[in-house]
Amino acid sequence: MDKTYLKFEQVGMSFRRGPMDRGVATEVLRGVNLDIAQGEFVSLIGHSGCGKSTLLNILGGLLQSTTGEVFLEGEVVDEPGPDRAIVFQNHSLLPWLTVYGNVAIAVDKVFGSTKTKSERHDWVMHNLELVQMAQAKDKRPHEISGGMKQRVGIARALAMQPKVLLMDEPFGALDALTRAHLQDSVMEIHARLGNTVMMITHDVDEAVLLSDRVVMMTNGPSATIGEILKIGLPRPRRRLELATDAEYARCRAAILEFLYARHRVPARAAA
Amino acid sequence: MQAAKLSSVAGAVPVPGVPASAEIVPFRAPVRPALERYAETVRHVVSVVLPPLIVIAVCLFLWQLLCSEPGSRLPPPSKVVADAWDFIVDPFYDNGGVDKGAFWQLAKSLGRVAIGFCLAAVVGVALGVLVGQSTWALRGLDPIFQVLRTIPPLAWLPLSLAGFRDAQPSAIFVIFITSIWPIIINTSVGVRNIPQDYRNVAAVVRLSWWEVFWKITLPASVPYIFTGLRIGVGLSWLAIVAAEMLIGGVGIGFFIWDAWNSSRISDIIVALVYIGIVGFLLDKLIAALGRFVSHGVAAQ
Repeated sequence: MDKTYLKFEQVGMSFRRGPMDRGVATEVLRGVNLDIAQGEFVSLIGHSGCGKSTLLNILGGLLQSTTGEVFLEGEVVDEPGPDRAIVFQNHSLLPWLTVYGNVAIAVDKVFGSTKTKSERHDWVMHNLELVQMAQAKDKRPHEISGGMKQRVGIARALAMQPKVLLMDEPFGALDALTRAHLQDSVMEIHARLGNTVMMITHDVDEAVLLSDRVVMMTNGPSATIGEILKIGLPRPRRRLELATDAEYARCRAAILEFLYARHRVPARAAA
Repeated sequence: MQAAKLSSVAGAVPVPGVPASAEIVPFRAPVRPALERYAETVRHVVSVVLPPLIVIAVCLFLWQLLCSEPGSRLPPPSKVVADAWDFIVDPFYDNGGVDKGAFWQLAKSLGRVAIGFCLAAVVGVALGVLVGQSTWALRGLDPIFQVLRTIPPLAWLPLSLAGFRDAQPSAIFVIFITSIWPIIINTSVGVRNIPQDYRNVAAVVRLSWWEVFWKITLPASVPYIFTGLRIGVGLSWLAIVAAEMLIGGVGIGFFIWDAWNSSRISDIIVALVYIGIVGFLLDKLIAALGRFVSHGVAAQ
């Protein structure tokens, strides 16, 4: 049991607002414990402000937890690094670089000492092909659609060969058709490469479709893990067949029940 | 031909089990007659060029009307052209001393601006990045900048003459000190406004300090830097004319002063037109450079 790949141990987070240390501390997360196995696809779901992004950013090393630790392959996570590549919600492509350049900036840095120049080029092209963006390699971000930008963002993250791929609401800003298309791509890539993935989402269907487990967060402040649902659907999954699947309906109902019956946002409950 | 076409159409009839192939009809984009396209270009040019030409013509006409009286203190346009004809048609004459053509006068002034402005650009961008990245540098330097930038350019001239004891470096210093403030301030705003997303990307990829500066900070603040450079080059062109009036020698500023002392009002007017046009071109040059450097992409 101690060979857990990724482990959150009593992770808590408080933010202090106001000057120096005299400000009031707001506790965002408290006592988060979670074990994730290698190759597992885990989704975090919860209402806005429940600390999902904070938890992901702690794993990403962009934030330091105030209590507890995160362990990746037994080592403490305390700074950002390419072994925990992040796909950001708003793609975060550098507008002055081409599609190719945006992936290459990561590849050149991460593999600068281990791969030759031509190997790095091949690796950039391989990852662009993986997300079907090789033909647009010389375009700049403002010349391609939102869905294509997010594909490049995924390619950049995958190209770092991360131990865990972190996705912060990767499809949140996309229209429904583009989102479905990208979800299929992510499933396909996950099946092929077997990455460990942690994804934040607001979308119940997306969580059920993609995940091995769905982690449901209670409402903040002092949010923590409320319930973990195992999705027992066999892979590969096809969205058309799932629409009438009993297990799919059960999982979906369980998440909806958690989100809207037991942990409704207080403001909405009052309304 | 007809038979072959018919058979290919027949082949396109869908047969169960056989994938149907549609007949390929070559697409020809409709091409409008050359004359029509030419006429449209002409119309476009006319609509852009005509309004300013009309306004200029009206202004010249009014000026001519107002200054044509015998006792008029300022010459009308016709007299300006007649008086300054030598100065207008031969910008390259050189009679030694300060008696040189418009080209040499402007070239000398532009040379001073180029040196002073380039120094200001290098130092200004460096200081701007420092102030933008370091909170301590911001707190320490920003109040000083805010006070110094309000000092009029010419107020620096006596001090720089005292320091350098020579006209040429003093003029360059005045250009430098005039144009550096907007460059510093705009650069620092640009650096401070770099989206957190870009910093996160740099952190995840683990770029070194130098790589962050070169690959993220500079390109992300290019639009701001060039806004500062445009303001700076405009200010330095304003300052050089005034500074040259005081330091003397060859230069469009002293040319005007010299013309005033020998009552060549028409030469002054022609010089003013030249100064305006050169200032306009300098602004466009920096703007074009900015577009080129940022690949036509304003960051977000």
